[in-house]
Amino acid sequence: MIFIVIPILALLALTAVAVARIRDLWAAVMFTGIYSFLGASWMLILDAPDVAFTEAAVGAGISTVLMLATLALTGKKEKPSKVKVMPLIVVGITGAALIYGTFDMPAYGSAEAPIQQYPNPSFVEKSKEDMHGLPNVVTAVLASYRGYDTLGETAVIFTAGIAVLLILRKDQEGDA
Amino acid sequence: MISFPIIRVITKIIIPYILLFALYVQFHGDFGPGGGFQAGVIFASAIILYGLVYGLPAAKRVAPVKVVEKLIALGLVVYAGTGFLTMLLPLSKGGEAAQANFLNYETLNHSLNHEWVPGGQHLGIFLVELGVGITVTSVMIMIFYAFAGREPVDAKSGKSKIRRESAKS
Repeated sequence: MIFIVIPILALLALTAVAVARIRDLWAAVMFTGIYSFLGASWMLILDAPDVAFTEAAVGAGISTVLMLATLALTGKKEKPSKVKVMPLIVVGITGAALIYGTFDMPAYGSAEAPIQQYPNPSFVEKSKEDMHGLPNVVTAVLASYRGYDTLGETAVIFTAGIAVLLILRKDQEGDA
Repeated sequence: MISFPIIRVITKIIIPYILLFALYVQFHGDFGPGGGFQAGVIFASAIILYGLVYGLPAAKRVAPVKVVEKLIALGLVVYAGTGFLTMLLPLSKGGEAAQANFLNYETLNHSLNHEWVPGGQHLGIFLVELGVGITVTSVMIMIFYAFAGREPVDAKSGKSKIRRESAKS
C-alpha cells in the first residue's frame, strides 16, 4: 500500500509546484489535468470510487477542455511577474495554520474517528433493509435518506449552468 | 484536428463505449459506484469529445442547443416531480395529508412483479438519479458550447482553434 500512496502523493505535490511555477499556460493546463487524474487515483486508494469517477471526468476531462477553450481566446504565455513578499507571507502563514490544524485530526482509518462514530453505524447496517435490497449505501444516503439535499444540489447545478449561459452568451445574441 | 485521421477514427470508435459506460454508471448506480452526477459528466464528455474532434457545428447537430437548453430544466423537473408524485399518490388513495411526504419513495410501492417493474425505494432512486443525470449532462454540454463558441477577445491572437476547425468542416 505504502508503495502506491507515497509516489502518488509525491507526484501530486510535484505537479502542484509545476503548475505554480510554469509560465507556459498550455503546459500549465495539461499539468492541472494530470493533477486531477492523480487526485482521482488517490480517491480510488481511499475507497471512494464515486469521488474518483467525478474527479476524473470533471477535473481531468471537462475542466481541462474548458481551460483550453479559454486559452484559445487569450494568450498562451503568462506575463512575467515579480515575486511579491506580502502575498507570500500570507500564504505561508495560512499553509502553516492548515498543517497545524491537521495535527488534531484522528489517524487515517482510526476506529475512534468521528466519521466512524457519528452518522450512527446502524445507517450502514440498516440501509439494505430500508432500501429493499439495494446494496449501495452511498446511493441510498444520497438519493433517499438525504434526497432533499440532493434536490438542492441539482438546483445549484441548474442555477450555475443558467448563470454561465447568461454571462457568456451576452455578446453573441442570435448566434445561438 | 481535422487533418488527423487517426484521432477522427479512434474518436468514432470509442464514443459509443463512453456513452454505454455513462448509461451503465447511471442505471447501475444503486448497485455499484456511480449515479446521476458521475454519469452526467461522462455522457457530456462523450459529446464534448465529438465537438472537439469534429467541430462545434457537428456537435450541435447531435445535441441541438434548443433541446439541451430545455433538458437543463427537465432534469430538475423530473427530480422535483418525483417528490410531488410521492406526495400526491397517498392523497389520491385517500390517505391523510399529514402522511404525504415530499420524496418519500415508500409510497411508490406497488403489487406488480418487482423483478420487472422496480417499486418503492428502487423506483424513487431511479427517477431521482435520472433527473440529476439529465441536468448535469445538459449543463456540462451547454457550458462547453458557451466556451467553445466564443470569439477571441484579443484581435492579435487570431481566431480560436475550435472556431477554425469548425469553419473548415
